[in-house]
Amino acid sequence: MDLSLLLHDTLAIGPISLITLVGLVVLTIEALHNKTENINCWISLVGLAAALVLSLVQLPTTGTAFSDMIATGGYASFFSAVFAAAGLLTVMLSKSYIKKQSIEHGEYYAILLFAIVGMMLMAAATDLVTLFLGLELMSLSFYILAGFVRRRNESNEAALKYFLLGAFATGFLLYGIALLYGSAGTTHIPSIVGKAGMLASSTMFLIGCGLLLIGFAFKIAAVPFHMWVPDVYEGSPTTVSGFMSTGGKAAAFAAVLVVFAPALVRGVEPVRDVLAVIAALSMIVGNVIAIAQTSIKRMLAYSSIAHAGYILVGVIAANSYGAQGVLFYLVAYTMMNVGAFGILSYLESEDGKNVSFDDYRGLSASRPTLALLMGIFMFSLTGIPPFAGFFGKYYVFAGAVQAGYTWLAILGVLMSVISAYYYLRLVVLMYFSEREQDAPVIAVPTSGLGMAALVLSAIALLGFGIYPSVVLNFISHFF
Amino acid sequence: MPFQLISIAVFLPLVGFLINGLLGSRIKSEKAIGVIGSATVGISFVIACAMFFDMLGSPPEERSHIIEIFKWIAAGSLNVSFAYQIDQLSILMMLIVTGVGFLIHVYSIGYMHGDPGFWRFFAYLNLFIFAMLNLIMADNFLLLFLGWEGVGLCSYLLIGFWYDRKFDKGTTGDAAKKAFIVNRIGDFGFLIGMFLIFEMFGTLTFKDVFTQASTLSVGNTTIMWMTLALFLGATGKSAQIPLFVWLPDAMAGPTPVSALIHAATMVTAGIYMVARCAVLFALAPTTLMVVAIVGATTALFAASIGLVQNDIKKVLAYSTISQLGYMFLALGVGAFAAGLFHVMTHAFFKALLFLGSGAVIHAMHDEQDIQKMGGLKSHLPITYKTFLVGTLAIAGIPPLAGFFSKDEILWKAFSGGYWPLWVMGLIGAGLTAFYMFRLLSLTFEGKPRWDQHHLHPHEAPKTMAVPLIVLAGLSVVGGFVGIPHSLGGGNAIEQWLDPVFEVANRKMFLTPHAVVPLEYVLMIASVLVALAGIWLARTWYLKKTEVPEQLASRNRGVYNLFLNKYKVDELYDAIIVNPILKTSEMFLWKVFDVKIIDGIVNGIPRLIGMFSGVARKIQTGVTQNYALAFVLGVVLILGFLITK
Amino acid sequence: MTISLDLHMYLGLSAMLFCIGVAGVLTRRNVIVVFMCIELMLNSVNLSLAAFSSQLGDPTGQVLVFLVMAVAAAEAAVGLAIVIALFRNKQTVNINDINILKW
Repeated sequence: MDLSLLLHDTLAIGPISLITLVGLVVLTIEALHNKTENINCWISLVGLAAALVLSLVQLPTTGTAFSDMIATGGYASFFSAVFAAAGLLTVMLSKSYIKKQSIEHGEYYAILLFAIVGMMLMAAATDLVTLFLGLELMSLSFYILAGFVRRRNESNEAALKYFLLGAFATGFLLYGIALLYGSAGTTHIPSIVGKAGMLASSTMFLIGCGLLLIGFAFKIAAVPFHMWVPDVYEGSPTTVSGFMSTGGKAAAFAAVLVVFAPALVRGVEPVRDVLAVIAALSMIVGNVIAIAQTSIKRMLAYSSIAHAGYILVGVIAANSYGAQGVLFYLVAYTMMNVGAFGILSYLESEDGKNVSFDDYRGLSASRPTLALLMGIFMFSLTGIPPFAGFFGKYYVFAGAVQAGYTWLAILGVLMSVISAYYYLRLVVLMYFSEREQDAPVIAVPTSGLGMAALVLSAIALLGFGIYPSVVLNFISHFF
Repeated sequence: MPFQLISIAVFLPLVGFLINGLLGSRIKSEKAIGVIGSATVGISFVIACAMFFDMLGSPPEERSHIIEIFKWIAAGSLNVSFAYQIDQLSILMMLIVTGVGFLIHVYSIGYMHGDPGFWRFFAYLNLFIFAMLNLIMADNFLLLFLGWEGVGLCSYLLIGFWYDRKFDKGTTGDAAKKAFIVNRIGDFGFLIGMFLIFEMFGTLTFKDVFTQASTLSVGNTTIMWMTLALFLGATGKSAQIPLFVWLPDAMAGPTPVSALIHAATMVTAGIYMVARCAVLFALAPTTLMVVAIVGATTALFAASIGLVQNDIKKVLAYSTISQLGYMFLALGVGAFAAGLFHVMTHAFFKALLFLGSGAVIHAMHDEQDIQKMGGLKSHLPITYKTFLVGTLAIAGIPPLAGFFSKDEILWKAFSGGYWPLWVMGLIGAGLTAFYMFRLLSLTFEGKPRWDQHHLHPHEAPKTMAVPLIVLAGLSVVGGFVGIPHSLGGGNAIEQWLDPVFEVANRKMFLTPHAVVPLEYVLMIASVLVALAGIWLARTWYLKKTEVPEQLASRNRGVYNLFLNKYKVDELYDAIIVNPILKTSEMFLWKVFDVKIIDGIVNGIPRLIGMFSGVARKIQTGVTQNYALAFVLGVVLILGFLITK
Repeated sequence: MTISLDLHMYLGLSAMLFCIGVAGVLTRRNVIVVFMCIELMLNSVNLSLAAFSSQLGDPTGQVLVFLVMAVAAAEAAVGLAIVIALFRNKQTVNINDINILKW
């Protein structure tokens, strides 16, 4: 490969190269200087903002780079933008949070950036090798971030559980890749998808699909591969949980959509049945267990399982509605979940407390703005218009009905009725009940940056809800 | 063209909401907040009137307009515009919503005076009007749903408005949550219906859907499921069996809210929606049958519960449920115009009754128990007189508004061949007259049962009195737009709405029929039933005051008659009234309503909650159990894939 | 594609090793040993990949094997660091004792 081609390809995957570079710069600065947290934070912010802009600029183009290993522009750029935006919001929220938790190390930002690189690789992968690489880069970064509060037992435990189960899942995923490679004779995803109809009768191919699916199901937190989610989200630093539940999920869905949605149309029916059962179980288990939770953080973890189920419904539909729904849903979900976890991180105390439902009693009186924002995030999670969460649900369910999966759509809508029960519980506590007299008042340091991130997410939710075409126009020509 | 002003009319309340919501806490003057809140709705009303008169002046086929604000979603095959449809049906609803809404805003200035949440209240009210206008003006299902959820959200915020107060056994927050969750069950139906519509017609715009539907033949199964799902949505919003349980609890909100949202406007959204989809419902006779039966049953059932309520607002709440039942009965028998006629008259007299009850509660310092009232007639003369008008109107005494609309419904039910439903409606009418006059007698007449040394009830301030008087006027004359042919009228409202329901009527083979003598007989029957209810209520509840001489001297003519029949009354009470009241209280209310229906609605979440508490224990915290679940999943999936 | 007998042997061995790894993850209590079992799983897949690669006469599989080894090394570094951090706080590597997060 000659140098000019290398340069061309590196520029073609601009956001990925850029974030990698910024990550390395942050690491270098951290190694060379003391007291670098502020600089690193700002460098990361600028880098992510530049990556976001770059992704949006590249959006209208399409192409591939590095010998057809990575896609550029279009779908890949869309997801790059989503990850950069999620990263941007997370970094903004993290600055005051990691200070409060005394984990203010520059590596935090560097590892976060590397996780984003991994996600972008996953979404852009056109080859199973790239896909695997991206997935592992993201996962390894998350293992570290989950255990970032080294002195806290919960954080250690979250990291260990995530690591062990994550590596375990990687084994299955890799086995799936090997079998697909063996049966299709290539690791190039479009080629495999092209042969899917032909290979559908081959047992080895089906098992390969199944194992790959299981690997992804683990990452998107679908039942029965979801067990790690509540524990890890609860134990990890809150901003990290927020990022894992959005960026990590979106990256896995980006890959699932590329690998599975076209194959499903080509008639690999058994895989579709498996997906349908997984989606149904995820919606049921996530929503039902979320009701009994006392910690908001854990409730959000179960709700994240439920949302994985809703989004899978769009994947199963495998038509343009469903696919657009998945993308729109992921954008909305990123905004609302980063926001909800952001508020949790905002109000969390130094020892990781103050995240239970009872702690939020009467919040509207003491912190009206935060209560309002949380209310918006909860309503959007419930799927109530005019917030963006509604359109995500609307699209995936409409897609499912169109594809003949009316039962899944009905189950999904029914389950989101149940979800209203626990999301609204929080709103009721914040707005319609009073703080207990002896409850300790936790002084929360205000952070302009964090607040800006929360307000931005809320505005985006409302904006995308009232005018969804902003997003839909970008994605309608992908499918 | 005044129609371009529609966007101003719809968005003005939003402006009001933004001003009061964002700056409200800084505006110190209640007057300014109240004026902003009321004026925005008032101007909308003026614009609605302008549009209405413009439509009156143009031929019927040119009365429908679609005004597109912007392209909302234009992606793939789904094209939805943010567009408003102005036609005979939506303008009627708009006049009701903005007109009654304006009066209630004005009333609230007086009622909410001194409340620390004054600005919040007006902001929510304005937001409600905005959402409601979107609901009724929408030209597609998606925008309708947006408004549908929006009004639900506002209703939720306003029911829980006084969150520091207790309500029944719980808090207002519980009531708000219950309202919201029950409504979500309804929304579930609405959404499913919408998906099926999109699946079948490939569009969500009313015009396109109904045009396509008009070519279909009656009895399509998909249409049946679609309309049943939509009707489930309507039962949630419009408080019908089995989803009516939230409405009595919704009375936890401030009284103007009960008047505006839970009587005059939001709860009629379900009726509006069914009427809007008349073509679809006309294609599904089974669904219409269900609608009619549910409506009639609710009408009778809620009326009988209203007999024994002692909370002034609860009586009105059950009465609202019952009246909504009549409207659904009308829709179910295909009398769409009659249903909407009743929506209109009901908005007038029920808003009036609620506002009147608000004035009473205001005067009695937040006392709502009618057993602790009585004799307020002399203290609150304006409230009493207007309340009396409202009561007569709802009881169906000619020539007040309620008579014409209710009678139209009953006649249509009978002439359509649904005579059992007619009987239920007729009994319901009698019960309505009874419980309303019971309410009136216990509240305003008889001996005071409150502490006369400490309480000095005073008449409501002008801002509250004027809306009462206006609504009373409307309750008297509102029915004249629908005087049936048999009484020499032209049934103007039915003619006005005819173009909207033309296709639906054609599908159902409904044709206008000639006046028959039977119509007069039924009319007289219903008036007699109402009079009987009134007479019974007055005898029963004024007799108990233990001051017969006083009564006799005050109302000599009538009461002497009643007193002379004392023995007959007693017998009558013992064998008929008492058992009915006891059944109503012991079975229908305390068992059926509170235990069974409420139990189901509360019990399902509780059951899920219990199950949830058990299911969460699966998550043991031990990593290897998680891995085991994982491997089980792998084995099942691979096993399935291999054997397939 | 015809599957030769040789390939069958390799794939069978690989599958057996993988299952042994899975069984180890499910039964062993020591975190380090569990981790080693996971490594066994990864390496058994490497065997499959190499076998496929040689059967297909296509180098991609073997490239992937190297990538997997690199990833496994990185994983080991991260994993051991996590175990050490945990051990400092809890003085244990028994997986059954690590369960404060549950329900």
